[in-house]
Amino acid sequence: MAERFESVGVVRDELAKVDYLSSEAIAGVVYLADRLGKPILVEGPAGTGKTQLAKSVAEITGSRLIRLQCYEGLDESKALYEWNYKKQLLRIQAERNAESSWDDISTDIFSDEFLLTRPLLEAIRAEDPVVLLIDEVDRVELETEALLLEVLSDYQVSIPELGTITARQVPMVFLTSNNTRELSEALKRRCLFLHIDYPDLDREKEIVLAKVPDVSEALADQVARIVRSLRQLELKKAPSVSETLDWARTLVLLGVEQITEETAIETVNILLKYQSDINRAVKELAAQAEGGPPKPGRPARG
Amino acid sequence: MSPAQPRDWSKLPSGLQPWVATGGRRPWDTPVTTDGPSTSSGGAAPAQSASAVADPIVDLLAGFIVELRAAGLPVSLTENLDAMEAVKHIPLEDREAFKYALAATLVKNNAHWRAFETVFEVYFSLRGKQYDLADDDGADAADEDLDDSEGQPGPEGMEGIRGLGGAGGDALSPEELAELLYRALLEGDEGLLRALARQAVKRYAGMEPGRPVGGTYYLYRTLRNLDLDDMLERLMAETREESPAPLTPLEERLERDEFETRLDQLKKEVEAEIRRRLVADRGVEAMARTLRKPLPEDVDFMHANREEMVALRKALHPLTRKLAVRLARKRRHGRKGPLDFRATVRNSLSYGGVPAEPKFRYPRPAKPEIFVIADISGSVAAFARFTLQLVHAISGQFSKVRSFVFIDGIDEVTRFFEGVEDIGEAVHRVNTEADVVWVDGHSDYGHALEEFYNRWGKEVGPKTTVLILGDARNNYHASQSWVIRELRHRARHVYWLNPEPQSYWNTGDSIVGEYGVHCDDVQECRNLRQLERFVDKLA
Repeated sequence: MAERFESVGVVRDELAKVDYLSSEAIAGVVYLADRLGKPILVEGPAGTGKTQLAKSVAEITGSRLIRLQCYEGLDESKALYEWNYKKQLLRIQAERNAESSWDDISTDIFSDEFLLTRPLLEAIRAEDPVVLLIDEVDRVELETEALLLEVLSDYQVSIPELGTITARQVPMVFLTSNNTRELSEALKRRCLFLHIDYPDLDREKEIVLAKVPDVSEALADQVARIVRSLRQLELKKAPSVSETLDWARTLVLLGVEQITEETAIETVNILLKYQSDINRAVKELAAQAEGGPPKPGRPARG
Repeated sequence: MSPAQPRDWSKLPSGLQPWVATGGRRPWDTPVTTDGPSTSSGGAAPAQSASAVADPIVDLLAGFIVELRAAGLPVSLTENLDAMEAVKHIPLEDREAFKYALAATLVKNNAHWRAFETVFEVYFSLRGKQYDLADDDGADAADEDLDDSEGQPGPEGMEGIRGLGGAGGDALSPEELAELLYRALLEGDEGLLRALARQAVKRYAGMEPGRPVGGTYYLYRTLRNLDLDDMLERLMAETREESPAPLTPLEERLERDEFETRLDQLKKEVEAEIRRRLVADRGVEAMARTLRKPLPEDVDFMHANREEMVALRKALHPLTRKLAVRLARKRRHGRKGPLDFRATVRNSLSYGGVPAEPKFRYPRPAKPEIFVIADISGSVAAFARFTLQLVHAISGQFSKVRSFVFIDGIDEVTRFFEGVEDIGEAVHRVNTEADVVWVDGHSDYGHALEEFYNRWGKEVGPKTTVLILGDARNNYHASQSWVIRELRHRARHVYWLNPEPQSYWNTGDSIVGEYGVHCDDVQECRNLRQLERFVDKLA
């Protein structure tokens, strides 16, 4: 089995080089997936870098990224392979005059030449190192999930006319899920599970520093702190990392050095996407400005 | 750390070294190759290293998995084997990595993470002589711990400790301890915080071996002595003073959040320390049993504490989403009806009159209309809240949802939910603004139902499904169960959901049986799992 990484630390450092700041858990699971040759099922709120993780791993291992975007109604011919029907027809037409038996044609038209590979088969057949990303796997129906099982556990695809195609090398496989439905036990069992949550204060600050050019350390710190405070409110949709980055970029563009209540309230619509959330955040920030009770609703500690 | 590096167990930091040892067995007691137990990239032969890992850990891991299953986590055999395989690749002395390796292979649902973490902390807690309860060892331990934290980049707080010399943490007076703690919190020095939490537990919790007292008692004692209430205000005062310009409200808010996080951190450390000591005293299995935490979907509505309530609220949102998706799909797919002759003949025209493709009549079930009548008096309020929230969150699956709440008076609260994005907010308004008190604010099902019948009874029709939520503890008032009988005549279904365990029904002032005979079904509904199952069936 290909061992791509020396140790957990190496994974973390390599990822950091391509500006993906991983936590202990993320680096650990990626390392394990490599060693055990298992796919990783990445779950977590939207905008926490699930897809980005796959891209970054592809980048550091110098692999090609093959992406299968899942949607309701995805089927075999879109995920695995399809016979090139038109080309097969042409082939038969061309043969019509020639004296060839049915057997010749039938073996001929079900050969590699007429096979259209789709992402899963492509990843299995790849000669070069690849990373397979199966994005938003929770969107396919339960029945379609079964399509993935053979690929995920044995890294092979069975095509009735051609036989079983086995992977030449074990690709890194990432599945992402937004958890809109429970995935089947069979699928979960075949994967390592990684939950990516919102990063903690320090990591978020580092991410902002790494991803936003020209941001000052003080501003990044303030951004991270405000976002953390907002996430503690009960919101419909807490600000994600990508929204944090957007906000930081906006602030840099506006030439803001120091975030005050006014700037925060004016630009909070970049962080929050629901009107009710924005109202609540503004109310919360404004309540502070009036010097009201520090945190209504939060009981005293002790 | 590179796994290929030869491992000398005795040189590990004292905090890490003994965590994996149980009952006197330590990995380094077994004949281990100098390469250490983990497979290095090109090092020890797999078989050899596998056995080296397996011996001390296999038993422990087996017990760990049994406990996970007992806590309700579905751990399959393959996952079990994966976990065994995974730990071979992880440097054993890295406790965090070990934890994540186990989590990645064993826990496949984020809601189960807390349960997993608790079991992990019990099974793989830090053990060793410095955690013994005996005092003479304790002094060394505190000393070592404080030394440990020196390695961390916590600059100023350490000077105070170094000043104390070899005497270690024990020599501190309570005032000095409090002062150090204050400094640690102010500067966010985690190493020092951890050491101080240990010292505080040792000093204040008053733990005695074999004493049958729960961990919460010790936690309470320790925290009371540390007096954290004032700490936050003091920290804020100091920050205000230190800053050159007066703090803007926003800054103040951020500082407060920061300190609260640190205080939480301290509490967690104290809890962890108490747990460690309890495990050392009582043994792993006993502790795992007492600490077992129900999964969010199994938490009893009526007895959930504040923390569990938060977990429940968090679990409710994805649940409603899943339920809505599932119900919508159920409606769309997989319903075969009888042959539709007319459509088949019509369709056969395109095949030259040959009925090649049979057409079926797909049933289009009418969406039910829901009336929720919920008791929101004290004990069952949480249950009513969750059910209202759930039903309204998936209201798209019903043609109409109307909700009524009562204690001894009854009020319609549908208006709170109309055109509101934030259902949590609406439920909050229901609890505070609805007019539900008639006489004394004690549940009176009889009066509330009678009033419901008089005011809204005519609107209940053959499409309506009536849901009544409550424990039917009527304070010995008249039951007026004829209302239910009448409702059942008018409505399509009448269901009663009772948040009490079935064995409590019809005891004391509970008269659920009296109402139950007139309902289509009376169901026990104590946790999210049962609630979800019921709603799934309903739509």
